[in-house]
Amino acid sequence: MRIPCPHCGVRDAQEFSYLGDACLQQRPILPAETPIDDAILDQWHAYVYLRDNPASDHRELWYHQGGCRQWLIVARNVRTHEINGPAVPASRMGRVP
Amino acid sequence: MRYSIVSILGQALRGNRDWKPVWREPTPKAAYDAIIVGGGGHGLATAYYLAKNHNLTNIAVVEKSHLGSGNVGRNTTIIRSNYLLPGNTPFYEHSLKLWEGLEQDINYNAMVSQRGVLNLYHSDSQRDAYARRGNAMRLLGIDADLLDREGVRKLYPFLDFDNARFPIQGGLLQKRGGSVRHDAVAWGYARAADQRGVDLIQNCEVTGIRIDGGRVTGVDTTRGFIGAKKVGLACAGNSSRVAAMAGLKLPIESHVLQAFVSEGVKPLIPGVVTFGAGHFYISQSNKGGLVFGGGLDGYNSYAQRGNLPIVEDVAEEAMALMPMVGRLRVVRSWGGIMDMSMDGSPIIDKTPIDGLYLNAGWCYGGFKATPASGFCFAHTIARNEPHKLNAAYRLDRFRTGRLIDEKGAGAQPNLQ
Repeated sequence: MRIPCPHCGVRDAQEFSYLGDACLQQRPILPAETPIDDAILDQWHAYVYLRDNPASDHRELWYHQGGCRQWLIVARNVRTHEINGPAVPASRMGRVP
Repeated sequence: MRYSIVSILGQALRGNRDWKPVWREPTPKAAYDAIIVGGGGHGLATAYYLAKNHNLTNIAVVEKSHLGSGNVGRNTTIIRSNYLLPGNTPFYEHSLKLWEGLEQDINYNAMVSQRGVLNLYHSDSQRDAYARRGNAMRLLGIDADLLDREGVRKLYPFLDFDNARFPIQGGLLQKRGGSVRHDAVAWGYARAADQRGVDLIQNCEVTGIRIDGGRVTGVDTTRGFIGAKKVGLACAGNSSRVAAMAGLKLPIESHVLQAFVSEGVKPLIPGVVTFGAGHFYISQSNKGGLVFGGGLDGYNSYAQRGNLPIVEDVAEEAMALMPMVGRLRVVRSWGGIMDMSMDGSPIIDKTPIDGLYLNAGWCYGGFKATPASGFCFAHTIARNEPHKLNAAYRLDRFRTGRLIDEKGAGAQPNLQ
């Protein structure tokens, strides 16, 4: 599998490390004064543990540790490993983990 | 027909012309008391124990392809119960006990072979961890022997004891562990369930789960709607997809795990050996091929085939453990899709929807659990409450913090 890095070009997937679903970039908001209630725990449970886990196109976070050392968002079909379009720098998509 | 020496000899004398199909091919009824989604090892075992232990016989197993076409035919056939944590150890020990009596119970030769599972250790701290695990097992009456280097050498003289990076210091041996003919497990449970009246419906993919007022009423399939008072999901690898039909989102990612088999050779490896300095294990099948595997490819996949970096990694570990395998050719490799739960442990539980039950999240270890998984899932479905053996395998344990992180080997929780 090869991943098209926007900075380094098409590179072997071994240069990258995988984090997971890119939809999970926004942490639930937790202002300091708010008492922790069930609704907040539900949000954190969903953020930390629950996954859509689709069997088709999947937007996911990869870190190019063997290259530009940037976080990328890659759109990959998890049945065929086809990568749709160039990877996008994660910093443009929101908060980077 | 009951299999015995008499039936085999009788058939042989008649030229083997009178063997009948082993199970029926029924057309689905309009409705059942319970439907199990997934005709793999766990689903078939569940159907069998529902019929045998709970007298529920108006039930069906629906399978999208043929019986045993998923991970029950794609694993490396190892059975063991060498677990540390309280939620796990009694469950897997019960599974091993069911394996020990399985062939008599279902009248089917599953080639259960208790040839021993040896986990090697390569450092002082790993020895201490294994001693702790062995002690936890022995406290529950499970066999465990901590071997030193010479003890391992007696069993496996051909290992690379003086490997420059990972010299072998010893190992934790469970003699009652071993291997089982994996396809025969699916076929044996299928035949035994069919004989007790369970309908095994193949080539019947579930396309929807019908829910009315928070209660399951049946499943839509490629062969039409089938009504059911209770529906049990046992479709690991695709659990997230099927559960999504009921509006559930699971703490699971699907990953591909590869396995390999070499050309056949004369008896070489007496039992199952695991490499403690990586993720690698190897044994020899009854046909003579060496069966081995390693870790996950490491990213979400439903592809049932893996990539080359893991092939290289597994080959390196094989060479570090027993250099003589370098002379053998690999003849096949394949991948299976694992339900990777977020703590590395399975889920056997009710769901928030009445009448819908979930058996999922088996990670690397679903095969050895097959009998106990079926036993506990059948109990959970029939009684509408978990058996004490699967009481810890709750769906809501991630919400409540009661994780069972035996090895810390699940998918990655999003902790950043």
